[in-house]
Amino acid sequence: MYPTYGADRGATSQGQDTFKLYSGMMTTGAIVGGLVGVLIIWTIFRYRRRSDVMPKQFHENIPIEILYTGIPIIIVAFLFFFTVITENKVTATVPVNARVTSTGTPVVNIKVTAYQWGWRFDYPRNNVSISGDVTNGPGNHGPQMVVPVGQTVQVTLVSNDVIHGFYVRDFNFSRYALPGVVNIFDLNLVRTGTFPGQCTQICGLYHTAMLFSVRAVTPAAFQSWAAGERAIGHTLQRQPQSAANTPPADTKITPSSALVAPSSKKGSL
Amino acid sequence: MTTTIESPGLIEPEESGAPDGHGGGHGPDEHDHAASHAHHEGPTGILNWLTSTDHKVIGKSYMITSLVLFFISGAMALVMRAQLSNPTSSLVNFQTYNELFTMHGSLMLYLFAGPFAFGGLANYIVPIQIGAPDMAFPRLNALSYWLYLGGSTIMTLSFVVAGGAASFGWVAYAPLSDAINSPGAGTDMWLMALGLTGFSAIFTGVNLVATIFYLRAPGMTMFRIPLFSWNMLVTGILILIAFPVLFGAVVMLFCDRHFGTHIYSVNGGGVPVLWQHLFWFFGHPEVYILALPYFGIVTDIIPVFSRKPLFGYRGMVFATLSIAALSTGVWAHHMFTTGVVLLPFFSLLSYLIAVPTGIKFFNWIGTMWGGQLSFQTPMLFSMGFLFAFLMGGVTGVLLASPPVDFMTHDTYFVVAHFHQVLIGTTVFAGFAGFYFWYPKMFGRMLSERLGKIHFWLLFIGFWVTFIPQYIVGLDGMPRRVAGYLPSNGWTGLNVISTLGALIIGISFLFFLVNLVTSWRKPVPAGDNPWDGGALEWFTSSPPPHHNFTHLPPIRSERPTWDYNHPEHRKDESHGDKRQREHDKEPVGANS
Repeated sequence: MYPTYGADRGATSQGQDTFKLYSGMMTTGAIVGGLVGVLIIWTIFRYRRRSDVMPKQFHENIPIEILYTGIPIIIVAFLFFFTVITENKVTATVPVNARVTSTGTPVVNIKVTAYQWGWRFDYPRNNVSISGDVTNGPGNHGPQMVVPVGQTVQVTLVSNDVIHGFYVRDFNFSRYALPGVVNIFDLNLVRTGTFPGQCTQICGLYHTAMLFSVRAVTPAAFQSWAAGERAIGHTLQRQPQSAANTPPADTKITPSSALVAPSSKKGSL
Repeated sequence: MTTTIESPGLIEPEESGAPDGHGGGHGPDEHDHAASHAHHEGPTGILNWLTSTDHKVIGKSYMITSLVLFFISGAMALVMRAQLSNPTSSLVNFQTYNELFTMHGSLMLYLFAGPFAFGGLANYIVPIQIGAPDMAFPRLNALSYWLYLGGSTIMTLSFVVAGGAASFGWVAYAPLSDAINSPGAGTDMWLMALGLTGFSAIFTGVNLVATIFYLRAPGMTMFRIPLFSWNMLVTGILILIAFPVLFGAVVMLFCDRHFGTHIYSVNGGGVPVLWQHLFWFFGHPEVYILALPYFGIVTDIIPVFSRKPLFGYRGMVFATLSIAALSTGVWAHHMFTTGVVLLPFFSLLSYLIAVPTGIKFFNWIGTMWGGQLSFQTPMLFSMGFLFAFLMGGVTGVLLASPPVDFMTHDTYFVVAHFHQVLIGTTVFAGFAGFYFWYPKMFGRMLSERLGKIHFWLLFIGFWVTFIPQYIVGLDGMPRRVAGYLPSNGWTGLNVISTLGALIIGISFLFFLVNLVTSWRKPVPAGDNPWDGGALEWFTSSPPPHHNFTHLPPIRSERPTWDYNHPEHRKDESHGDKRQREHDKEPVGANS
């Protein structure tokens, strides 16, 4: 029904909706593009020069021209209709500060702060704060945001310096962390797993290394994880790492020195 | 239906448009004409190049300069591809990589794609196509070129200043481009270069619009202008809409950097996203400034090699106009993931652009339909354009959908999409135009054999480079990264993409060999090697000073064709009824 065309089927309900739209549009695009492509190829072979006979000098064919103006309008109207439906689902959020959704499932709030160069994930209701800088060392693949499946995760995305991009491939979603703007979106995880994420908007020297990951766990595992983090002091009260840990302006840094842990460097890169 | 067709007599070019006031009065014989032009051939050699206001000299200067920048920028792309063929390469460091992709994009988009078309090909061809002796403002035209050369030099030299070149991407989003995050002269030089080349573009836009509106030869009604010139008229109008906004945005960024204004910084009460609005209000029309001229080239080439008139001339003109109109209302589709734009509005307008673009496709196919197609190099490159632009266009429709944009924004999917569009237009169609008009500009042919090798290597390399980029983008690889984790599994696709880029690079060696060969062993081209139909094929190759010694009657968008093939002249013109009545009168009856 929905071929993947290289994308993920989505680890969130929003991602699944986006995936279905993407897949349907790819099918439409493949059919329309394929037909036009075949038409071009057929024309090229059918009408290649065979003689010096002058072809008929016709200029237009109004009915056909109206037809190939009208049909694309219908196609894009059709695509726009499904786009708006999906868009409304993907951008819908539960009311800010709501503790439960209208159907009674709990809402987990996470404030995501993107900065040069790292991520901080604050859980105000769980008193947990996780952060990680790219300069914590090579081989460090960034901090991990832990989320429960089956509940609504409301992300509040901000940046205090430049623009960053919050992107998780398996969520089929990205959003800018834009200075001066508070971006809010919901994620409803539908499967457990660890999903790599990365900054997608060029944000300066260490953009390449600004990795993070999202781990989706069961609600019970989420609660015990939060308790464990509080126990080791990863709470909202501690000093955020970012201020103290400004990365050095090492302009000689390369992917080799930023992404690969020294121990694995000798291996097959 | 039969119409009286006058014998194809020749008319003298009307002198109203001669920009320097010379050119002889009405009706001198050809001898006088040649004589009156001889004395202002002016200096030759380097002095000619430095002082010329001839649109043909300026056009060639533009083309040579922009091609040099194209090769410099292409070399940067090859370095980046080499870097990415190994996930944790140490070939270049982060800073250098950021500078490379910034300058690759800036050189290609600001200094090659636009100027090659509107400063180079259009500057040379448009006045000839419409039967004009020069551009409307020849001195302004020269100023355009020198501003462009100055701006280009400044931007290219920014690599050597302390702190290096600009490193924030060709879009320069604030606040990354402010004084705190991007200190150093490189960024200022980048802004200066944009200012200078921006004005150069504006002046060229003024010139194109004025020339096409006011300097057309008698009989060249609006609906007889060849499509290349039509596209350049619309491009000129778009330049006048877009580039002043860019200039304003750049000046404000400069003030933020040096004079303590806080237009784009949150700390002073400014709005960073304002830069994106202004930039893309320029940037999306700019996309069509980079595309329309190339659509025009292909639209001129396909009829010639199909031995048929353009199918759906008026549809083509209206499609061009509606693309231009829509292009001013779609800028925020670059900003869907900012979360601060009205998604459905910009989505709908973006979708609608697919409609006129589709019309163009069907008109190109309709032109070939029933024709006698021959595939010399210009036609081959035009076919390459059709396929490249088809794939780039279809993926573009996907990106008009905000949810799909959320999914693919800033990944290699988008990189592959716009490279397919831009290489489809500027490279495939651009070089189609170059191969097509080179005989006219230099009076000598390029080698068909080398041209075809160039095409096939480019065409193969193009798909090998960009199809893997779509896949790796859908697999999550972001753009503008200098490396990735070996565990991402993107290495194989990136290696293939790099090999494709190498093939593209090699294909251009054949182009250069072709150029050198044509200079060392010239093959004379004659006036009309392709049996072309527009006015440029009526004059000599290269055209004389002020382009024409005489003109054929202009009764369609193919006056040269009508002159050479009187038996196939079409018996009705695109002009309105009154124009047709006017055309039936003997030439010169009402002059």
